[in-house]
Amino acid sequence: MAGQLAAVVGVGQTERYAAKVKESIAGLVREAAIKALADAGCTWDDIDAVIIGKAPDFFEGHLMPELYLADALGCVGKPMLRVHTAGSVGGSTAIVAASHVQSGQFNRVLTVAYEKQSESNAMWALSSKQPFSPHFNAGAGGFFAPIIREYIRRSGAPDDLGCKVAYKDRMHALNNSHAHIQDEHGKPDLAQYLESPMLWDPIRFSEVCPSSDGAVAMVIANEELAEKSPNPPAWIAGTSMRSEPTMYAWREEVNPEAGQACAADVYKQAGITDPLKEIDCAEVYVPFSWYEPMWLENLGFAAEGEGWKLTLDGTTSLDEGGACPWNCSGGVLSSNPIGASGMIRFAEAALQVRGMANNQVPNAKTALGHAYGGGAQFFAMWIVKADKPAA
Amino acid sequence: MRDVAIISYAQSPQLRDAGAKNDIEQVMDVTTAALAQANMSIDDIDFVCSGSCDYLGGAAFAFVNAVDALGAVPSIAESHVEMDAAWALYEAWLKIQCGSAETALIYGFGKSSHSEMRIIPTLQLDPYYYTPLWPDTISIAALQARSLLDSGKYTEEDFAQVVVNSRKNAKSNPLAQLKGDVTVAEVLAEDKIASPLSKSNCCPVTDGSSSLVMVTREVAEKMISEGKIKGAAFINGLDHRIDAHGLGVRDLTRSDSCRIAGLKAGVNNGPVEIAEVYAPFAHQELIIKEALGLGDETKMSPSGGTLAGHAFMTHGLDCIGNVAKAIISGDVKRGVAHATSGPCLQQNLVMVLSSKAGES
Repeated sequence: MAGQLAAVVGVGQTERYAAKVKESIAGLVREAAIKALADAGCTWDDIDAVIIGKAPDFFEGHLMPELYLADALGCVGKPMLRVHTAGSVGGSTAIVAASHVQSGQFNRVLTVAYEKQSESNAMWALSSKQPFSPHFNAGAGGFFAPIIREYIRRSGAPDDLGCKVAYKDRMHALNNSHAHIQDEHGKPDLAQYLESPMLWDPIRFSEVCPSSDGAVAMVIANEELAEKSPNPPAWIAGTSMRSEPTMYAWREEVNPEAGQACAADVYKQAGITDPLKEIDCAEVYVPFSWYEPMWLENLGFAAEGEGWKLTLDGTTSLDEGGACPWNCSGGVLSSNPIGASGMIRFAEAALQVRGMANNQVPNAKTALGHAYGGGAQFFAMWIVKADKPAA
Repeated sequence: MRDVAIISYAQSPQLRDAGAKNDIEQVMDVTTAALAQANMSIDDIDFVCSGSCDYLGGAAFAFVNAVDALGAVPSIAESHVEMDAAWALYEAWLKIQCGSAETALIYGFGKSSHSEMRIIPTLQLDPYYYTPLWPDTISIAALQARSLLDSGKYTEEDFAQVVVNSRKNAKSNPLAQLKGDVTVAEVLAEDKIASPLSKSNCCPVTDGSSSLVMVTREVAEKMISEGKIKGAAFINGLDHRIDAHGLGVRDLTRSDSCRIAGLKAGVNNGPVEIAEVYAPFAHQELIIKEALGLGDETKMSPSGGTLAGHAFMTHGLDCIGNVAKAIISGDVKRGVAHATSGPCLQQNLVMVLSSKAGES
């Protein structure tokens, strides 16, 4: 843990992360912010700075949106910072917000992340040609499919495991009113998931995150204010960001070095040596189902090649009473307002240790929030705890 | 607060068109140079932060490949802001304040020659009510210049004098794009692009990159005593603020956010020998000068400033770097750097730099 103690004292999320065609972007972020302020028992005047994050400006065709959002976020006359680190941005933004307080320079800050996919086209925006790079034109799924195939080949995981992850997360989502994918399509049905169209072999439609709209906000405060906050704080016990280049000849894409290093760093700060035993639940960025077993290994919850067994035996399922449920909120597979998705993971982890999650893990004391981005070369993680860490 | 110092700064030439040189190559030039000046390698850096704009790269996540320029194997602690790199520096400065880093590498880059710079900033506006009208960036700045004239505070001659000073100062800056001897009369005689602004009142389209190394006081003093670096420019004050977005809800003739940031950074707690300010249009230098409370004893933009070269997304870092460079070389004891973002100086960052730590 670096610097002074800081804690999440307020969380706000927009109504269900479905398309919100009639709401403006400013309306979305303000809704989440107002809810976070209410949870924290404070007003706009109590906020010293606003830190905002979102995925590429290309998505909504709106450059540096913080400029337009300064008014809606009560930021006039205050500092405002905009973070952008690919899909990990929501997590990175939360970490940068935390560093505002941990630095001792700010007492209480508001952080917000959002995406409005109904005003954008991520598939297009992620397929545009990068200067001087090979052109994939396949969106994120096309990029990750070969990496997933390689994981399956190496680990010998059963072919239906990906659908089981999707089924598990969507069952979790039924208990989270914010989740985009709810039961209007009927209760999740594993048999149907296994028959759903193949998009990028081995990724089926059922194993892909939706396109969602929404915003999430958190209020992060220093020790003194956190102890006075009306609802329990989630103490930030460790934060870490790691990046590596997109491509280099010996890059390990299935189990990236940057992810391992990021996890090792955040565990060290939080005093965690055995994540499976010491972390009560995790909100991990799984936009394509197979990333659950892959990240179980990358994050040290399982030995290399063994992650899929924890999914199969129910360890990551709250419904099955698993020892370390992953993505009780339904995860990215149930809601994906891209720029917000990382921060939702961080915020849901905080809600779990505050005992305030919609799909609460009983007696959760320590939780991991995780986000990744780009071609899985950018990572952001934090550990939050119910009990105040030693300063 | 931990004392932090800038110990190196590298800037690319402010070219109108850098040709086939891509972003990664641009970044490599300056990060390599900034590290070399600091007698460091990437392994000595605890945190890296950068600023750039996807719209200049012409693709979502255009910035991610820039990491390739850093030799980030094994992985590094790294972050990015879709803001001028001056704000990337701010993020890294907080990281150092937290105690999670002792050293930081900052860089910014932008290749504006690819883009239609007159309308790219139009996409910064309120996407529902402003952008669909497609007001271009020069026309928006002209509204501000016009309200400044209407206020009676300044004349078109005053604006032209800013241009004259910039061109003259830039003569001693080998990296500047526009420099030379021009007269107020010559500037006033130019055709207007958007009245009252003529071409010389506007910053030039520029391709460029820059980078600097920032370390704690302890590291800087150790490196100086070991003879590894010549000197250091200490950050005595740093603050940034934002104004309302709507052009109709603020007084365009002044910049409240700049004034607040200047006060918080402690600009007037000592003499200001030089100020490098980010003024994309000539009249904006006058607004910033007033907001910062700078008098005639302060030399404005000795590098030539924004009118001499404007590497969008890293020009704010250039203002900081140029002040730091003057202090490291011993020419200046105390100076002020400024960065801006958004239409009509909506967002502003102010830094006070000096040759001594701990002063404000």
